[in-house]
Amino acid sequence: MSAKEFPGRDAVQAKGWLHAHKWLLARRAAQLGFLALFLIGPLTGFWLVKGNISSSLTLDILPLSDPLIHLQSWLAGHVPETTVITGALIVLAAYALIGGRMYCSWVCPVNIITDAAHWLRHRLDIRGGIKFHRSTRYWILAAVLVVSAIGGVVAWELINPVTVVYRAVVFGVGAAWLMMLALFLFDLVIAERGWCSHLCPVGAFYSLPGAFSILRVRVPRRAACNNCMDCFAVCPESHVITPALRSEDGHKPVISEPNCTNCGRCIDVCSLDVFEFGSRFDSREKTQDEPGEPPVLHNAA
Amino acid sequence: MTDTETHKPRSQDRRRFLAQAARSACGAGIAGLGLMFLAKQAQSLPATALRPPGAGAEPDFLAACVRCGLCVNDCPYPTLKLATLGENVPVGTPYFVARDVPCEMCDDIPCVAACPTGALDKQLTNINDARMGLAVVVDEETCLNFLGLRCDVCYRVCPVIGKAITLVREANLRTGKHARFIPTVHSEHCTGCGKCERSCVLEESAIKVLPGALAKGAIGEHYRLGWKEKESRGESLIKGIIDLPDRLPGRIGK
Repeated sequence: MSAKEFPGRDAVQAKGWLHAHKWLLARRAAQLGFLALFLIGPLTGFWLVKGNISSSLTLDILPLSDPLIHLQSWLAGHVPETTVITGALIVLAAYALIGGRMYCSWVCPVNIITDAAHWLRHRLDIRGGIKFHRSTRYWILAAVLVVSAIGGVVAWELINPVTVVYRAVVFGVGAAWLMMLALFLFDLVIAERGWCSHLCPVGAFYSLPGAFSILRVRVPRRAACNNCMDCFAVCPESHVITPALRSEDGHKPVISEPNCTNCGRCIDVCSLDVFEFGSRFDSREKTQDEPGEPPVLHNAA
Repeated sequence: MTDTETHKPRSQDRRRFLAQAARSACGAGIAGLGLMFLAKQAQSLPATALRPPGAGAEPDFLAACVRCGLCVNDCPYPTLKLATLGENVPVGTPYFVARDVPCEMCDDIPCVAACPTGALDKQLTNINDARMGLAVVVDEETCLNFLGLRCDVCYRVCPVIGKAITLVREANLRTGKHARFIPTVHSEHCTGCGKCERSCVLEESAIKVLPGALAKGAIGEHYRLGWKEKESRGESLIKGIIDLPDRLPGRIGK
């Protein structure tokens, strides 16, 4: 399973740089955009959105709240007010439709840090390190809920890097940059894709409402796949691709694993346009001969 | 993966799965323990950090606050801050330091109105009922009024003037002929806003707002204040009290 030196090179040659980074750029814009929304208020005095990612109020009307944080608060013994219950339900419903882990790839600012670490790890050819099992995050999620219940605090918020980064940007940095640096180094040297894909309980939580989400990455042209493995090299949760791409046990041409983050990077780096965003219920496949199919370009030797 | 790998005997698969699960569970357990220590540590708030109006006791507050910063956003003064990582206040929770910027006690209490979770209690509608802490004259040796001057600054800046802090007149025994005006805090009126601490003219304030739990004593439940009981009943609790002989100088043994 050795990935090529630069996954996505074929795609850049076939589709052009911009097209081969389309979803990546969109994601970065979204992640920074959400942060910017919270910054408009403090910087300009026009409070489009107040608060931060744990609980916010948009235009003094729309409450949005992080369901995991409020679940911990409830376990810690606090009965939440209706505002936050509403806010948390809106968030849950949205992620149930579009895929919970889109939080990770399209909203969470930590993703930018760990993606950068992964990119550099690949560039510097750093190998080895600790390998966590992907289920570890669910155990940590369980531990967080237990500690909240026993300790009577919103336990994960004592260290949650997601909200630490958000608060650092919106309310003042403090020593938060040290935590960002630690996360970067952890993913760079200690464990490949360690934080976001193996340990983070926030991602683990959001994978649950998204288990049956409508929006999914589909593999309608899987017949055209030439096994270049670029998608596996860039996918933060590469185990999710195999069943759909390889048609294991008659798997539909849809990546249905809840831990697919819908980041769309596989769509970007595929020179043959095997992947696309679509609906979970769409099981159509396209064959090579269909019109609109891009020509098969050269494959790097 | 090769075919031989995927078609291993079932028992070996199961054993590996169980070992993997056990490892993950233990790892998460250790992480949980670490988190528990952090949680316990987080309960100890430094005495200088005061919570916004409407916050309950610290353990209740930590269970309810989601660290969203909406109260900080809506505070019209630079009073409220969110604790950043590395401070000894639980990260992301709102607080203020009286000596830096005290609470201005807004009539509409915007911080409480902004709180989405109820960590700041919406039952608090009159800011004078807020109990963010309790002012305490911590140093009688440096307080100018105790030294015999008429500083009175804490008394004058108090938003609940004449109630939360009163000046109790007593004889100045040092000079033998002057009066001292002793600043005296009354907990039934003090909101803990911190204006007195902020305004104290000394280099280090002689009056400080402390968290209620630190500042207040608690009389044992078995105590009855005789004079109060008498007031409410209209008569003494104990009838036919024995009148012991008064021992006065020069009249011992009457």
